[in-house]
Amino acid sequence: MKNVTLAALLVAATTGSAVAQVAVRAGTLHTVSGAPIENAVVIAGADGRIEWVGPAAEANIPDGVDVLEAAVVTPGLVDARSVVGLSGALNSNVGPVRDQDQLERSSPLQPDLRAIDAYDANETLVEWVRSYGVTTLHTGHGPGALVSGQTMIAKTRGRNVEQATLMPVRMLAATLGNAVSSNFQSPGTSAKGIAMLRSALHGARAYLDQVRKAEEAGSAGNGESNGDGNDEEDVDAKPAPQPPPRDLSKEALGQVLDGELSLLVTANTVAEMASALRLQQEFGFDLVLDSAAESYLLLDEIREAGVPVLLHPTMSRVRNGSYETAAQLADAGIPFAIQTGFEGYVPKTRVLIWEAAIAAANGLGMERALEAVTLSPARILGIDDRVGSIEVGKDADLALFDGDPFEYTSHICGVIIESEVMSAECR
Amino acid sequence: MRKRPASFLLAVAPAALLAAMPAAAQDDPHVFRGARLLPIAGEPIDDGVLVVQGGRITEVGGPDTRTPRGAVEHDVSGKVLMPGLVDTHSHIGSVSGGDRSSPLHPDVRNLDSIDIASDSIWRARSGGITTVNMMSGSGHLMSGQTVYVKLRDGARTIEDWLFCDDPLTGICGGLKMANGTNSIGQPPFPGTRAKSAALVRNLYHEAVEYREKMAAAEAEGDDEGGDGPAKRDLRMEALVEVLDGRRIVQHHTHRHNDIATVLRLKEEFGFRVVAQHGTEAWKVAEELAAADVPVSITWIDTPGGKEETMGWNMEMGAILEQAGVDVSFNTDDSVTDSRLLARGAAIAVRYGMSREKAIEGLTLAPARALGLEDRVGSLEVGKDADFVILSGDPLSVYTKVEQTWVEGTMIYDRANPDHRKYAVGGYKVYNMTAHEDEMMRQLLERESH
Repeated sequence: MKNVTLAALLVAATTGSAVAQVAVRAGTLHTVSGAPIENAVVIAGADGRIEWVGPAAEANIPDGVDVLEAAVVTPGLVDARSVVGLSGALNSNVGPVRDQDQLERSSPLQPDLRAIDAYDANETLVEWVRSYGVTTLHTGHGPGALVSGQTMIAKTRGRNVEQATLMPVRMLAATLGNAVSSNFQSPGTSAKGIAMLRSALHGARAYLDQVRKAEEAGSAGNGESNGDGNDEEDVDAKPAPQPPPRDLSKEALGQVLDGELSLLVTANTVAEMASALRLQQEFGFDLVLDSAAESYLLLDEIREAGVPVLLHPTMSRVRNGSYETAAQLADAGIPFAIQTGFEGYVPKTRVLIWEAAIAAANGLGMERALEAVTLSPARILGIDDRVGSIEVGKDADLALFDGDPFEYTSHICGVIIESEVMSAECR
Repeated sequence: MRKRPASFLLAVAPAALLAAMPAAAQDDPHVFRGARLLPIAGEPIDDGVLVVQGGRITEVGGPDTRTPRGAVEHDVSGKVLMPGLVDTHSHIGSVSGGDRSSPLHPDVRNLDSIDIASDSIWRARSGGITTVNMMSGSGHLMSGQTVYVKLRDGARTIEDWLFCDDPLTGICGGLKMANGTNSIGQPPFPGTRAKSAALVRNLYHEAVEYREKMAAAEAEGDDEGGDGPAKRDLRMEALVEVLDGRRIVQHHTHRHNDIATVLRLKEEFGFRVVAQHGTEAWKVAEELAAADVPVSITWIDTPGGKEETMGWNMEMGAILEQAGVDVSFNTDDSVTDSRLLARGAAIAVRYGMSREKAIEGLTLAPARALGLEDRVGSLEVGKDADFVILSGDPLSVYTKVEQTWVEGTMIYDRANPDHRKYAVGGYKVYNMTAHEDEMMRQLLERESH
């Protein structure tokens, strides 16, 4: 009995702050799902969900609840594509502290690598990006291999990956073009890379067929007789198809073919993006374009294919990048989100609000830029039932600002994840 | 004259630097009326008037300022007009310095490498930058003599951009030095920090002796340095200019102990030095202030990327300002983008720096860091007519550089589509040269292990 009480207390202690009710008063509340509300209140419930949203005049804040105030309140930001947690701040590949787990160079095709086996919830940069409002991270293996591995979705809290994980697997990360050839002997060309990827996908399709046939045969002959009382006859029939030896790589690619996982394809040039669309036509998988520097040259094709874009950070040094691409994607009606991506040097990760800020200032505007780092990535990632907007029933993930979130001289004054106040100082 | 380089430079170079006249100066006076002026040298002036003629500023004042007859009038009401930005640390123009044959190249001139037609120049112009210290990288203890340039219109060779009169007789920039991890490597490069310092000290002591020898020879009336014509030593000549305080050391340095090493070198040899990057300068702010060493910050948004930048502190600008250090900001283009120089200053304000000092850190403070404060960095009568016209507050992300002017000539106009494309980018707007690609690749390779 005593032990049970102690266990209950420990649970209460570790999650205690997460389950406290908290209210936030906002000068302007950007729900993102609807029009901004002036003088609004959000009540974050004890269950970590948003309990109530509306004008302050109608709010009924229970007695004794902590109340935070901010000029501007937005949903917690959703980083559409990051390597934070796998690619550490120190940027070291050698020595006792090696913290670069976003790219395995032993083979160009490694769909079996799981992000959850590498994510470091305590890495310096996790707290760093959270302090700038990112509450949800789509992170995992980086660009640079034909298939570098899997991605996951994490909340930027928790002491270990289990506590942080929102979805353990979300996409497979693929890269087309020269970026692969600089890391591997083969593929040495873009076309060879496509050939290798196609072969791998066809191999995965054959593997799936084998698995299915074995399953069908297994269920057909699963201890059942054909009822004619002469089962011996079947011994002379074709041997029942056996399941293939388990192959984790083919399984992961098979999940892409089955539509369970999206294929996230890093492609920057027109040729690379067209190749990605061609692959998608051939195999019919769920394609998400990553980085997409020259997407302004392929707007019609991308829109017609119904493919969403996770656009490179606005300030990244990507060739032929433009500060106006985000605005062009928005104007073309293509679902897109702004991400922080991968950096090999300084800065080791980018800050999402500042990347969105440059897009906001170059034709996208404040509200569309905010959507590109909240609800839009939540939709593309398929987690908009949980995050991305301020609505009753969604996770109480909030970012508090003393002004326009994108303005350089504004401050972020609070971050809340599932009703837990992670920080409440202005910075 | 050329036979006596050392004595000639001693006598003439500073005067030559001051006397250099703006090239291609415009003749008609131009009046810019109605903007909020940020003179830097004084308080902001609302509804101000700026008059420029002959490439120089002739009047700065309020709405009642006297303006010359027949001037070309520019209505800039609603705009903000401030001095052209000065970048103390940039790698635009495909600049290169010494090679891998030695860690020490004080004789190598960066000006011999600049591609003035490089499209990277337009990143700076569209970002409102008018004066640049172009310099080679940090992979050497001394990678070369840097070059201070003005991004004038219509240049044909690097000579058209120089502040000095003549590269053969004048001092046209600083000396790039580095310590810490970037300049460490396989022999002949140093393998440790202490060895790095020892190599540099030995070379400077050689220069001290060289200077004494030349002075003694001159005193004896033998201005050719001893027995017959002295063999010119280009390495020693550059270092003597540093020892004499006529060539400023632009010193890449990150960690607090590496900065302390720079201060120790300064004390030993008495040279003028600017701490470039200075990631951990906030830890030695009082020492920097006491030694009167300015810091030029390369703004990064995140700590790390390499061990030396793990100590990055967003409050650095405020801490250095409070300690009395002269603070400027640089781009280190392409590490950060020349179009976004002002954002570092803006975010420094977010973290407690005063607006005045932050904006000074984009203009007059970097001009001082290059020793060019008599020419550029503020709106004052007699100074070069280098300025930018902004759509609003220089510290706002939403503000656009609308025009950039150098010595009374417009070099960038956002209203012109051929110029505007450089502000936003796009297909083949910026074609990184193979050289720039290679430099970035090497940088990433060297840093990511």
